[in-house]
Amino acid sequence: METVTLTIKKAPTLYLEAEIISPDGLAGKTADQIRALPVHMGNEEFTLGEFFDLAGAPGATAEETKVVVTGDLSRVKYLGMKMSGGEMVIESDADMYVGAWMSGGTLTAKGNVDSFAGIGMKGGLLEINGNAGNYTGSAYRGDWRGMQGGKIHVKGNVRSDTGYFMNGGEIVIDGDADVHVGTHAEGGKIVIKGNAKSRLGGQMVEGTIILLGTVDVMMPGFKYVRDEEVDVDGKNMLMSLYVGDLGERHRKRKGEPIYGKLYIRKAAPAAAESREVRLARAREARKARFASPEETASA
Amino acid sequence: MAKTVTDVTCPFCGSLCDDIEVQVSDDGTKVLEVFNACAIGAAKFLHTAAKDRVTRPRMRQEDGSYKEVSYDEAIEYTAHMFVNSKKPLMYGWSNTNCEAQSVGHEIAEATGGIVDNTATVCHGPSLIAIQDVGIPSCTLGEIKNRADVVLFWGCNPAHAHPRHLSKYSIFPRGFFTGKGHKGRKMIVVDPRNTDTMKLADVPLQLEQGRDYELLSAFRVAIRGEELPEKVAGIPREKIYEAVEVMKNGRFGVIFFGMGVTQSLGKNHNIDNAIMVTKDMNEYTKFAIIAMRGHYNVTGSGQVMGWQWGFPFATDLSRGFARYNPGETTSNDLLRRREVDAIMVFASDPGSHFPISSVREIAKIPSVAVVPDINPTTEISKLHVPVAVNAIETGGCCYRMDNVPIDARKVVEPPEGMLTDLEFLTRVRDRIAELKAQAPAGVRASAEAVGA
Amino acid sequence: MAEYLIRNGFVFDPVSGVNGDRKDIAVKDGKIVESVSPSAKVFDAAGKTVMAGAVEIHAHIAGPKVNEGRNYRPEDKLFNAASGVGGMRTTGGFSIPTTFKTGYNYAKMGYTTAIEAAMPPLYARHVHEEIRDTPIIDEGALPVFGNNWFVLEYLKNRELENTAAYISWLLRASKGYGVKVVNPGGTEAWGWGLNCLTVNDPVPYFDITPAQIVRGLIEANEYLGLPHSMHIHANNLGNPGNYTTTLDTFRLAEGFKANNRFGREQTMHHTHVQFHSYGGDTWGNFESKSDEIIDYVNTHPNLTIDTGNVTLDETTTMTADGPFEHHLTELNHLKWANVDVELETAAGIVPYVYSPDIKVCAIQWAIGLELGLLAKDPMRCFITTDHPNAGPFTRYPRIIKWLMSKEAREERLNTFKHAEKVIGATLLHGIDREITFYELAQMTRAGPAKALGLKDVYGGLAPGMEADIAVYDINPESPFTPDQLEEAFSAAALVIKTGLPVVENGVVINNGNKRTLWVDAKVNENPQVMRDVEEKFLKYYSVTLNNYEVQGHHYIPNPYAIQVDATQ
Repeated sequence: METVTLTIKKAPTLYLEAEIISPDGLAGKTADQIRALPVHMGNEEFTLGEFFDLAGAPGATAEETKVVVTGDLSRVKYLGMKMSGGEMVIESDADMYVGAWMSGGTLTAKGNVDSFAGIGMKGGLLEINGNAGNYTGSAYRGDWRGMQGGKIHVKGNVRSDTGYFMNGGEIVIDGDADVHVGTHAEGGKIVIKGNAKSRLGGQMVEGTIILLGTVDVMMPGFKYVRDEEVDVDGKNMLMSLYVGDLGERHRKRKGEPIYGKLYIRKAAPAAAESREVRLARAREARKARFASPEETASA
Repeated sequence: MAKTVTDVTCPFCGSLCDDIEVQVSDDGTKVLEVFNACAIGAAKFLHTAAKDRVTRPRMRQEDGSYKEVSYDEAIEYTAHMFVNSKKPLMYGWSNTNCEAQSVGHEIAEATGGIVDNTATVCHGPSLIAIQDVGIPSCTLGEIKNRADVVLFWGCNPAHAHPRHLSKYSIFPRGFFTGKGHKGRKMIVVDPRNTDTMKLADVPLQLEQGRDYELLSAFRVAIRGEELPEKVAGIPREKIYEAVEVMKNGRFGVIFFGMGVTQSLGKNHNIDNAIMVTKDMNEYTKFAIIAMRGHYNVTGSGQVMGWQWGFPFATDLSRGFARYNPGETTSNDLLRRREVDAIMVFASDPGSHFPISSVREIAKIPSVAVVPDINPTTEISKLHVPVAVNAIETGGCCYRMDNVPIDARKVVEPPEGMLTDLEFLTRVRDRIAELKAQAPAGVRASAEAVGA
Repeated sequence: MAEYLIRNGFVFDPVSGVNGDRKDIAVKDGKIVESVSPSAKVFDAAGKTVMAGAVEIHAHIAGPKVNEGRNYRPEDKLFNAASGVGGMRTTGGFSIPTTFKTGYNYAKMGYTTAIEAAMPPLYARHVHEEIRDTPIIDEGALPVFGNNWFVLEYLKNRELENTAAYISWLLRASKGYGVKVVNPGGTEAWGWGLNCLTVNDPVPYFDITPAQIVRGLIEANEYLGLPHSMHIHANNLGNPGNYTTTLDTFRLAEGFKANNRFGREQTMHHTHVQFHSYGGDTWGNFESKSDEIIDYVNTHPNLTIDTGNVTLDETTTMTADGPFEHHLTELNHLKWANVDVELETAAGIVPYVYSPDIKVCAIQWAIGLELGLLAKDPMRCFITTDHPNAGPFTRYPRIIKWLMSKEAREERLNTFKHAEKVIGATLLHGIDREITFYELAQMTRAGPAKALGLKDVYGGLAPGMEADIAVYDINPESPFTPDQLEEAFSAAALVIKTGLPVVENGVVINNGNKRTLWVDAKVNENPQVMRDVEEKFLKYYSVTLNNYEVQGHHYIPNPYAIQVDATQ
């Protein structure tokens, strides 16, 4: 495997769109050809060479190519998009669409990544050492075919809408997850080792969610069936199995409906905590918001 | 002798009432009286006669004061702003006609702009939900003629769409609904005991932010499955009871508003409400309609749809159309400092956007094209006042149920004022001239993302 | 205006009876002429095929449901959008392309006229705004009548003149082209979540049957002498065993005589017949009944049809047949949009994937081709995909390939996952016919133009006709592969629209001079109908009467109104 290293040399004034940076985009090209590849900022097209220094050389094919991207990439989008093989390492934080629509190979992001990492993923391994944004491993807008295969491993926390419309593959989150994990899932497996927020498994048709931490509000459409041993990282854990979402359609096998499965290590708290407790927490949250001026993303 | 203009459309809310009668002065310059409109709509008509209206563009000076400039100067400034920008945001479009929206799109294609409408802070989540699960819906006349179960979720038409209840949804007697409101069951779901809720046969006051859970509970109940004792603070018996009312109707409808589109979960709440509607169609006829806010925000989504394929937040920066709310939505673009110029058109983000976005607008080159002074004009470099659409100029507008109506011009705008369509058309033509002189601009490649 | 000479191509023009002769076609002032001056610009068409611009008789390309389809399917545009170059607009979308892409793609294939197949009158402005923004092609739209309350009430009382007067009024109000009927009665029943599956199912409340609606509208259509006939999508679309409903519907046109000054001969056009030619009674024993259907068509010259060919793509179904779309979403669970339109109609939308691995889809594919191949008179059987229902119109070149090459369709047929079962349930394998270039010109040009009452205007190359011309880079006298055929019809070497070159070497070069077709049918004053109209608007519509009519100005900047006088 040959390694090509790209080091960003100037900060983009807006955001740089660099979907060409992937084993597939660089494989089989000479250094001059790579420097001449297009990247985009707003309505302008630049060459890759205008923004990146190049060292090493790619292999003949994506499979034989390792791409290392270094420098401050926090304003670079689409890194590793549609990669089908080989290896890629992003040494710092990166912006949106890391590994989007990837179908093979290994992509490691060593920092945090913004939203839409691994959307429409079909195969390969996407490792995110930091936190990930919204819509990690989800479907593109309007598509009912979300993540189909491969694995996403986020070592930090994820924001909302992880595994939206998931059909297959696996997502493992070492940290906490914000609302709407596995919404509309029809397959695949999501493991949350930290805590989850409400709407866990909402509108789930099929698939599996394993939660090692707690969830603040359970969906009303999940019912407890029994305790089961579940294999997590090679360890058997006794967990409570809930099935749902009972409000959704479910196909039947031998007359029995197939439900989405939600495993929770500890029995979930009562369906709803008291209004007073929640209001008190909301007051705290509001105070905290006023302390920091940053708002959260819309939509 | 004053004259009366009939069949006038009202440029306030998404109900787009088209039965307004307006008495105007003999010379056709002043609105004297307004009939049939609600208080808010009438005020909008009468305001055109206000003495304090700004009638010429104003450019902000170094010291923060404003200086009157000519329309020609305003056009020159705006055209240069677009030509010099790498990624201009064109936000608003809900209080103008489709003709102006269309010219705006030409500018976006020519300069690599991003066009986003006010749905981005209103019913954008509804549009996303529709993309995920569809929408079984109907026109407002269907409600009037057929509906016998009417559910309002997270909306308060008694205040926000004042004629909705009387003209379309609760009180009118239609073809199959001769008993008017006596033949209709009204369900209202809201965390507040609103004036709309006070009219309800089945009021459901839920805990704030738990709409998704309650909608899911409706779906569980529709399928006859078992519910926990309480969901979102509502006892399960009441949920089963509401679902029974819905199932027993001949034709039901859910109207929903910003109480569900802009609270926790956003698009997911609408998604689930749509699924409730879809589920109900296995038992009876059911529809769902978004209570769209501004009178032609719907039109902006339609024009963007047929020209580019997306209902809001469309990014043309690379020449072809891309769309992904969360990235191409105005607040995300401003918050992330992803655009370098903004034209606000026929709207007021200064009032509606979070402060971080408003601060960014104040930092970058900005033009506000709106009839009156508003919080946005006061942070913009240039304010271009224009004629009030659907009062001082006509044009096509789309009602909340997507029905297009050709708005009527009622009175002349103040002497020498341009319409926003005229202003925009001249900006477009000036941009074309500037680009012909220095052909740089959009260097788009059709190969890569989105191509 | 400029003059052009298209020199020495192989010309196929059923209107003037030219079958592959090497001929020059002359153009002046937007019309075909006998000859032009020596200063005319010459296009060398030697070794190429020359036909009139093609005429699309049935496609859903403009209006509220098409746009809902666009707006609710962002995924249809993902990695499928392009910037505008050289004065052209930006384009996007596959199964429901944007208006600009629609115009450009039709033009690229040599299509110069198209009919939008279902216009809800209350949304007519929307349809016309999109037509205006669809470049190049001349376009008309068919308002839907088959579930309209005025029509149901007049026909229940057998009031022919009132029905005709109302049609005349609505064509003017909506700037419509003709009388479209979709699932007669069934869509009104859908207002209550119900349907009419046979021609004799009564419509709830209105106490009328689909059969009465269809016969009444044929009669009114001929009373008015409209250029096009009643254009129907029958009851029971898409269901196994529905061919009997289709035959019942065909029979409703018996006994009527075409009455018009446009040379139209049929009294019923039945659209997308593929969806209506199904045997069996479950999806398990689903089979083709195209032979029974086409036998009837072949022996009844009062009927024209279009095929509705399945293209085996992922697409977006959309129809005014509201209950059908609900049925479809229950089958495939994909996102369902529906709009019921007060007093008039409804529409539904559901994405659909016609997979070659699914037996039913492959059978549907075969049925569409069988219809085209078994039809004895290509002047009465037209190629469509019921765009986008059975597939996008951009697949016409592929359908042409399958129709013109047994080799190509056998290759497709034999590589289906369930090839044997498909062959067993269809007739296609046993059909050797290959459509000729001349027959193709009949099925895509002369035929649909005649059925629309436009035979002297479009679809031919006789002097005096519109200069709508397509030149394809394929030599009918030299050997070619099926794929070369598809390629040639995908990107015309030259397209002239109303005397203006709009496509050269497969590239769109001009936004054209598009017109909007509509029919202005004059009838004697009818105070009763006007009273009824006023009353319905006062009581039941949600817009006022004065805000209903589509005015010319910005909706129809370039109208082409066809005059009909039914005052006698």
